[in-house]
Amino acid sequence: MKYIRSALHIVALPLILLFIWFISTLGEPNFFIPTPQQLVETFINTWTADRFLGDVFPSLGRLIVGIALSIVVGIVGGLLIGSFRWLRALLEPTLEFFRAIPPTVLIPVLMLLVGVGDDMKVSVIVLGAVWPILLNTIEGVRSMDEVLADTSRTYGMNRVNTVRYLILPSAMPQIMAGIRQSLSIALILMVISEMFASTEGLGFAIVQFQRSFAIPEMWSGIALLGFIGVLMSFIFQLAERWILGWYHGLREIEQSA
Amino acid sequence: MTSEHKHPTNPVVSQSRVDETPDGRIPVGKTIPDEQPMLSVQNLKKIYHTDAGDMEAIRNVTFDLPKGQLACLVGPSGSGKTTLLKCIAGLMEPTAGEVTLHGQQVTGPPKSMAVVFQEYGRSLFPWLRVAENVELPLKNQGMDKSKRHHLVEEALDAVGLSHVPKSYPWQLSGGMQQRVAIARAVAYQPEVLLMDEPFAAVDAQTRADLEDLVRGVWQKLGVSILFVTHDIDESVYLGERVIILSSSPTIVQEDVLVDLPDERDQLETRSSQRFSELRHHVYEQIQLAKKGFRPEDAVAHS
Ligand SMILES: Nc1ncnc2c1ncn2[C@@H]1O[C@H](COP(=O)(O)OP(=O)(O)O)[C@@H](O)[C@H]1O
Ligand SMILES: [Mg+2]
Repeated sequence: MKYIRSALHIVALPLILLFIWFISTLGEPNFFIPTPQQLVETFINTWTADRFLGDVFPSLGRLIVGIALSIVVGIVGGLLIGSFRWLRALLEPTLEFFRAIPPTVLIPVLMLLVGVGDDMKVSVIVLGAVWPILLNTIEGVRSMDEVLADTSRTYGMNRVNTVRYLILPSAMPQIMAGIRQSLSIALILMVISEMFASTEGLGFAIVQFQRSFAIPEMWSGIALLGFIGVLMSFIFQLAERWILGWYHGLREIEQSA
Repeated sequence: MTSEHKHPTNPVVSQSRVDETPDGRIPVGKTIPDEQPMLSVQNLKKIYHTDAGDMEAIRNVTFDLPKGQLACLVGPSGSGKTTLLKCIAGLMEPTAGEVTLHGQQVTGPPKSMAVVFQEYGRSLFPWLRVAENVELPLKNQGMDKSKRHHLVEEALDAVGLSHVPKSYPWQLSGGMQQRVAIARAVAYQPEVLLMDEPFAAVDAQTRADLEDLVRGVWQKLGVSILFVTHDIDESVYLGERVIILSSSPTIVQEDVLVDLPDERDQLETRSSQRFSELRHHVYEQIQLAKKGFRPEDAVAHS
C-alpha cells in the first residue's frame, strides 16, 4: 500500500503534464509542437541502435569520464587545500577567479589548446563540474569536528588512516552535495561542448535537427536528454543512500530528538 | 556497622606539603615520594592567546600520577580541567612547564595514552559501527586480525555491549555510547587513561553504573586513570585520591587521599561516615577556591 502510494506520488505530476500537453495539442497541428503520440513515434524512429552507437554512447562516455575526473580532481584537490591553511591562503583567491569564468567561454581557447576532439569536450565538462566538488570538499574538510580530530590524534592515527577513516568520511556529506550539483552542470556542458566544431554526439544531433527544421526529432532528443538526467539522478541517489546511510540515519535521530 | 567507624575522627589526609622547591615556596600536589611517578606534570601553565586578549587558563599546576593509581581531578567549571587534560594528552602545547611520561617529555599524543572525552556523541566515528570504532585504533597499529577481534570482543564484553557490535553509535543511548568510547580505550590497552567529565551528560542511574564500570576496568587492568569531573561526590566515590583545582587562574588547591575501602558500593560507600567526611572536606575546599582563597597565599603569609 505504501509503495503504491509513493509510486503514485512519483508519476502524478508527469501524468498531469502529459495530459495538459495532450489536450493543448488536440486542435490545429502546430509545426513547433508535436503531439505526444507523434513524439513517441519519432522517438522510436530516431533513436535507433545506430544513433545510440554513433551519437548517444560517445556523449555518455565523455560525460562519464568528465564526471569521474571532476570527482577525483575535486576530492583530491579539496582534501589538500582543506588540510593546509597556507595552501588555502595561497589558492583561494585564484580559485574564486577561475570559478567565476563560465567554462563555455573557454571553448574557443580550449579548441586552440587541445584541439576539437574528445579532450576538449571532456575538459569543458571538468572545468565546469569540478568547482562544486572542490569547494564543497574544502568546506567539508574545514568543518571537521574538533573532538573527533582529537580522538584520532590521541590514538596515533597515521596519515593514510586519518584521511581514509576521518577526513574523507567526515567531509562526505558535503562532497556528495557537491557531486549532485556537478552532475547537472556536467550534462549541460556535455551538450554545449558538442555544439562547436563537432561531428557526432547527442548535442550535435539535437542542433542538427534544429537547423534542418526536424522539429519532432529535435524534441525527441531533448526528451532523451531529460531521461538521461533522470537516470543520473536515480543512480546518484542509490549511491548516496549507500555511501551516506550513516548520515541519514544520524540526521533522522537528531531531528526526532 | 562497617569498618569506617574505626576512624570517625581521622583528619583528611592531604598529600601536599612534602618538600620545598628551590624558591622556598611549598608546592601543592606532590605524591607519596617512594612511588615511581609514571606521569608527571611540572609547573604547567597555559595561556590562550585570543583576539580579545590573553586568557590565563592555568597558572601553575604540579602533580604526579603513580603507576596504577586512579586519581580524580575536580574543579569548578572553567577552571581549566579540559585544558590541563589536553596538555597532558599532548593535544596542546603548554605555555610553560612540562608533562613527562616515564621521564620522557610529552610533545605529542603518547602511544600509551588513551582519552575518553565528555562529548561521546562527537568522539565516536558515526560512519563506523560499534565494533569498528573499537577496532580502528588497533587496526591503525597494524595488529593482526584475529588478535584485534579478540580484543574488541573482550572490551565490548567488559562494558556490557557484546550484543550490539553491528549497531551504529548514534543508534545507542548516551550511556551506551560512552561505554563504546570506554571499550575503545580499554581495547587499546593504554598505560594511562585520561577521562574528561565522561559522565556529565548521562542520567543519574546510568552514571552510577558507569562509575562502577570504570572502577571495575581499573581494578582489572591496572591502568593509571586520571578522571576529571566537576562532581564532588563522584570524585570521592571513584578515586584513590582527589586533586582539587582552584578556580581560574588555576593552581592545585589541595591534594586529598581517599582512604575508603577498595571495594566500593554505590549505596554502602556513599552512605558511610568516611565518605561524607571526605565529601565535606572536598566541598569546603571548592567553596574556598570559589571565594578566591589560595593555598599559596596562605603559605606565603604564614
Ligand atoms: N581554545 C580556547 N581559546 C581561548 N580560551 C579558551 C579555549 N579553551 C578554553 N578556554 C578558556 O579557558 C578556561 C578554561 O577552560 P576549560 O579548560 O574548558 O575549563 P573546564 O574544562 O574546567 O571547564 C575557560 O575560561 C575557557 O573559556
Ligand atoms: Mg571541560
